[in-house]
Amino acid sequence: MVYSEMLSKKLEGADAKEGDRISLRKGDEEYVGRLMAHHDFSAPDILILKMSSGYNIGIRVLKDSEIKVLERPAVKTVEREEPEPRKGLPNISLVSTGGTIASFVDYRTGAVRPAMSASELVDAVPELRDIANIKTRPLFSIFSENMDIIHWQKLADAVAEEINAGADAVIVPHGTDTMSYTAAALSFMLGDVPKPVVLVGAQRSSDRPSSDAFSNLMACARFCAEGKAAGVFVVMHEGLGDDLFSVHIGSRVRKMHTSRRDAFRSINVPPAATVSKDGKVEYLTELRAPSPGKAEARTAMDDGTILLQYYPGMDPKVFAPIISGSRGVVIAGTGLGHVGEPMCRVLKDACDRGIAVIMTTQCLGGTTNMNVYDTGRDLLSAGVIPVGDMLPEVAYVKLMWALANSESVEDAKRMMTETMANESGNRRCLL
Amino acid sequence: MKDAQEIVCGIEIHQQLSTRKLFCSCESRLCDEGEGAYFRKLRPTTGESGEIDRAALAQYNKGMGFRYQMAEDVSCLVDLDEEPPSGPDPEALETALVFSEMLHAKIADEIHFMRKVVVDGSNTGGYQRSALISTGGWVEVNGRRISILSVCLEEDAARKIEEKDGEITFRLDRLGIPLIEVATGPDIRSPEEAMETALRIGTLLRATKRVKRGIGTIREDLNISIPGGARVELKGAQELRMLPDYVANEAKRQKMLLTIKDILIQRGTEPADTGTEDVTDIFAGSESKVIKGALSSKGKVLAVRLPGFAGVMNGDGGNLRLGAEMAQRARSHGVKGIFHSDELPAYGIEQRCVDDLIGRLGMNGANDAFAICAAPERKARSALTAAVERANEALTGVPEETRDPLPDGTSKYSRPLPGASRMYPETDVPPIGITDSRLDHIRADLPELPEETEERLIREHGVNRQQARQLVRQDFSELFERICSAYSDMSAAAATTFLNTYSELERSGVDTSRISEEDIMAAFSMLSESKFAKEALPEILKEIAAGTPPEKAPAKLGLESVDDSEAQRIIESVVKEREEFVRSKGKAAAGPLMGPVMESLRGKVDGKKASRLLSEAIEKLIG
Repeated sequence: MVYSEMLSKKLEGADAKEGDRISLRKGDEEYVGRLMAHHDFSAPDILILKMSSGYNIGIRVLKDSEIKVLERPAVKTVEREEPEPRKGLPNISLVSTGGTIASFVDYRTGAVRPAMSASELVDAVPELRDIANIKTRPLFSIFSENMDIIHWQKLADAVAEEINAGADAVIVPHGTDTMSYTAAALSFMLGDVPKPVVLVGAQRSSDRPSSDAFSNLMACARFCAEGKAAGVFVVMHEGLGDDLFSVHIGSRVRKMHTSRRDAFRSINVPPAATVSKDGKVEYLTELRAPSPGKAEARTAMDDGTILLQYYPGMDPKVFAPIISGSRGVVIAGTGLGHVGEPMCRVLKDACDRGIAVIMTTQCLGGTTNMNVYDTGRDLLSAGVIPVGDMLPEVAYVKLMWALANSESVEDAKRMMTETMANESGNRRCLL
Repeated sequence: MKDAQEIVCGIEIHQQLSTRKLFCSCESRLCDEGEGAYFRKLRPTTGESGEIDRAALAQYNKGMGFRYQMAEDVSCLVDLDEEPPSGPDPEALETALVFSEMLHAKIADEIHFMRKVVVDGSNTGGYQRSALISTGGWVEVNGRRISILSVCLEEDAARKIEEKDGEITFRLDRLGIPLIEVATGPDIRSPEEAMETALRIGTLLRATKRVKRGIGTIREDLNISIPGGARVELKGAQELRMLPDYVANEAKRQKMLLTIKDILIQRGTEPADTGTEDVTDIFAGSESKVIKGALSSKGKVLAVRLPGFAGVMNGDGGNLRLGAEMAQRARSHGVKGIFHSDELPAYGIEQRCVDDLIGRLGMNGANDAFAICAAPERKARSALTAAVERANEALTGVPEETRDPLPDGTSKYSRPLPGASRMYPETDVPPIGITDSRLDHIRADLPELPEETEERLIREHGVNRQQARQLVRQDFSELFERICSAYSDMSAAAATTFLNTYSELERSGVDTSRISEEDIMAAFSMLSESKFAKEALPEILKEIAAGTPPEKAPAKLGLESVDDSEAQRIIESVVKEREEFVRSKGKAAAGPLMGPVMESLRGKVDGKKASRLLSEAIEKLIG
């Protein structure tokens, strides 16, 4: 909510700006404090002042209240110097996109800035520079729910550029909400990228002493600096403590909790590696070694692709037009890969029209197997493609990419059944 | 007393509320057991300039880590900083508003929770959430108005369980329990007034009926200075009756430091150099246990010169004690202590060593002094440096600092006074608008003030003013009323129990806090049914405090009431034994015989009845 007209005029009249020390006279009372940013949920006639004690309070401004500026804040500018690269250390590029990991409070005004720059982020974790030469490249300043296909494409291009310009690894600080989608998109777009490309996020913003941003970033840098694995990965907390971190394969990971530090879990596979707080990296699966080759970004995506979760009562009248208007659809079916009878007919019809229909499971854990029950067999006969233990979101991203990077729908369907970026597998072990 | 007039003191009181936790739905109580121990570090964050404090970062990288134990039912993901806060608890907020109104304070139109940065591990987030609720109130204490600067609503910190190997373990049961923090202005002028103010505020807090009781649920910080002195904060006093001692002793300490300052200035003493000198060789053959102990574990003896400081470290018959202040600072650097020349030779250190030291250090001027420390070299050096720095501060008077209150009424150095807290908005908790209609509602239904309760106790339960006042001040009024309304004719016995029996029991070493409210109710229930005589109540309570269930206590003590005929029989036998006496004195024998009668009955019959039966027995005998 913004200021009321009355209050806006008063502030303008007094030329009072956020950060100014002002006096607010209201009847017999006078309040003196620093003018803070108006909170989204504050009432329109409320002025927020930071008192000398450090506390903010909201004061209702009345028609006859008077506002006077007492003092303007001294403007401080911080000189930043890029340190000289150190020999013998790997070169890591940090391409920032925004998100909680880069969220910051402006102490002067109390406003929450959507982003701190990549270099600010590194300055907040100066010990990163003991591990690697860090080059920063700000790309976006957005929360990850606003990441779109175009952002994936720009990001993939930027990552490839950095690698081709000599980066030994690329770190991508990213909002956590859609980090696994971006990781999947980069996995397919960058294919057999010759270096590690690691997305890292935080569940607690960087302005808090308890933020997981710093320790995640350090673990991420340590994994990169080891230089033993190429591919797209996600690094986050392994558990609730700041003592162990997981490296997940970018096409196998999912945010499984809204707020815990250990929200990211590898599904159907163990994590690729763990990093301990003192920097020891333990590899849990076999990973592709980095190579000197060039990176190539194939970023074409077909945005006529949709992702639907089946649910009891799913109405064909609502969904038939949506599905038939698409070029490809990923269904998160029930159990081994099923939908109810009415939706079965819709999917059969879609297959007949040449739409790629892909089946995944909303169980997330385990694989589709459509040979076990009648419904599954009917769907298979109709031409629905099951993709095993591939996560629904990953299948969605892959289908976009496959449709745009293939000769035909049939070619795209074939690509969906082939493992291209570790996104599916034939064996599921006891984890 | 002139000194008392010169004291400037303010109090800050932290009172736990008995609601649920402030930012989640957990119960607010402590647990004996903790589960799990999640490792965390708290990192200094970039400040307003966007720069990180390098020194703080170095400290972080070196190391302290924290472990957090969960506790069933009383901690959740919010406490572990794994889920954003909800709340604040409506009942807690309401209590803070009500209490603000009771103090005539001006409540903010919109309440904003803040994050107060605390990186000692006691808050999992690295900050304490706190909101300013109201300002500008006052409280009347013995006819004087003491101003109230602020009433805040905040969360309590996690409980420290242990510290070892560079890790501190905390339990999350206490974290998030709502606290009302109330701060008075620097208006208090005497040690007694400090206690009276705390007492008054405490009584008002309890009048809201939503506060926790018992040890640790209320904590007092004192800010004390005298003219020419400096603001010293005594943090975390728990016993109200000690407050006057803390204030008086601190005023005395500051006065002593001002005296020392005058002496030093008169002498023209200059700040001493912090350079240390290795004097281990002087102590080669020393028999001093402390020295021998330190040397045997590869320590050294270091010394510093303190020209011009003789006689103030320990002088004027113990009235000047700068040495104690220096030693407290030194100890905060991890050594057991220091020795200074005002106290040597002593502690097994020989005159020979002292003489050698004076010679080596060249400290042979009239007021020259020195201090030594025996410990591992690095520790000894930083401890002595701190001690010299403290000595030099004496040249300017009283240093501002935070001190820990000690059980004997004195205090010891804890740390420098913290700077202004770094606070920034708690963005996860939306601002809370306080409407005029809500305040009108609260004002129309404020809790009964303590003096109103007193009047009512006098009016409704027939206690006298003195008793009513004590019942309220000592926080017994609620239980007292519960007894009075449940059982008839018990008000006198209940008042006596709370105001006399309890303190007598405490004096004889009985822990009355072990007698629960339900125990008391059960005891009075039995008393009202004449299951024992009211004279037996102290014995019964003592037994209950020892762990006997109330219903079993009378039998265990052999104090069950006897019926009238049994009582009559016992009394008649007492009278018979003293027949001659009774016959000679007639009815007047009743007075002297009451003693032996009550002894034989051992509280099984109440006094009034015994007296009646005794008169009857005497009449019967003498016809």
